[in-house]
Amino acid sequence: MRSVLLHALRRDLADKRPCATVTDMASDRQALVSGNAVSGDDFLSADHLIEVRRRIATDRSGVIADTQIFVRVYTPPPRMVIVGAVHIAQALAPMAKIAGFEVTVIDPREAFVRSGQLADIDAIVAWPDEAMSQVAPDIRTAVVTLTHDPKLDDPALVSALRSPAFYIGALGSRKTHAKRLQRLTGDGLSEADLARIHGPVGLDIDALTPAEIAVSILAQVIATLRAEPA
Amino acid sequence: MAIAPDPLAQIERWQADGRKTALATVVTTWGSSPRPVGSHLAVADTGDFTGSVSGGCIEGAVVAAAQEAIATGKSKLLDFGVTNEMAWEVGLACGGRIQVLVEPVTI
Repeated sequence: MRSVLLHALRRDLADKRPCATVTDMASDRQALVSGNAVSGDDFLSADHLIEVRRRIATDRSGVIADTQIFVRVYTPPPRMVIVGAVHIAQALAPMAKIAGFEVTVIDPREAFVRSGQLADIDAIVAWPDEAMSQVAPDIRTAVVTLTHDPKLDDPALVSALRSPAFYIGALGSRKTHAKRLQRLTGDGLSEADLARIHGPVGLDIDALTPAEIAVSILAQVIATLRAEPA
Repeated sequence: MAIAPDPLAQIERWQADGRKTALATVVTTWGSSPRPVGSHLAVADTGDFTGSVSGGCIEGAVVAAAQEAIATGKSKLLDFGVTNEMAWEVGLACGGRIQVLVEPVTI
């Protein structure tokens, strides 16, 4: 790799721009693909570029089939937005951070947000509808509501459902979730919208403690993130 | 909370110190392998390294190949795993197979 390409790559990473280095291992030619820009050696066909951009969009590094061309995709870390600075959040936020997520906790109750394991996690002390418009969930964002309180969870879920968030999960028993769906249907959300919500949240591992529930939620988020695109 | 070392940043730091460097990257994996495709190991001409391309099974061989790449200025594709004749020396205990691209970082 030439230094000039490395420096350009590091600038893309610093600016959180999704990009990829593309290397023809047969000839040592190399390019950097970032948005519409291609720098470095000029060897990629139009078809190659389409494939590289598809790989950037789905965060899939690897060798293009039937070629010697290796694509290394760099994407900004996925984000997790946790609504409710509750017990489970105390475990989930640090776990998600270790797993590589950029974590934001939303809760209007300042004392909750500043306590325990959340002290060094980014927080927005505000009502969820206001905070959610600030975080603007994208295709690499997971949203998890944990408050159990409809006046906090529901507005957050409505915002999440209007965003392209790859994962939406809501804590609560089957009964709680059924009531929630009833309320949200009243808010004009369709059945297809509501089917995006994982509820009860998390993989079924018979989790008992807040930390165990956090593991089940994080596992489900990762499974969704890494699932092969349809 | 800095959890993972950043091999690309380390290469720039080494360059600033006037050292020659190489970058190793996992290109393909088959079966179980401890580090995913794209994982980086940065290597300096002095043999210092940061990052990882396996659970530690093959780092020694990759560092040696990287120092050679720095010396020759040529990239090399390395193959490790049960099908490799070096399996008994530096093979992957997990039974997987991986390919690692080693490339010198040039001016």
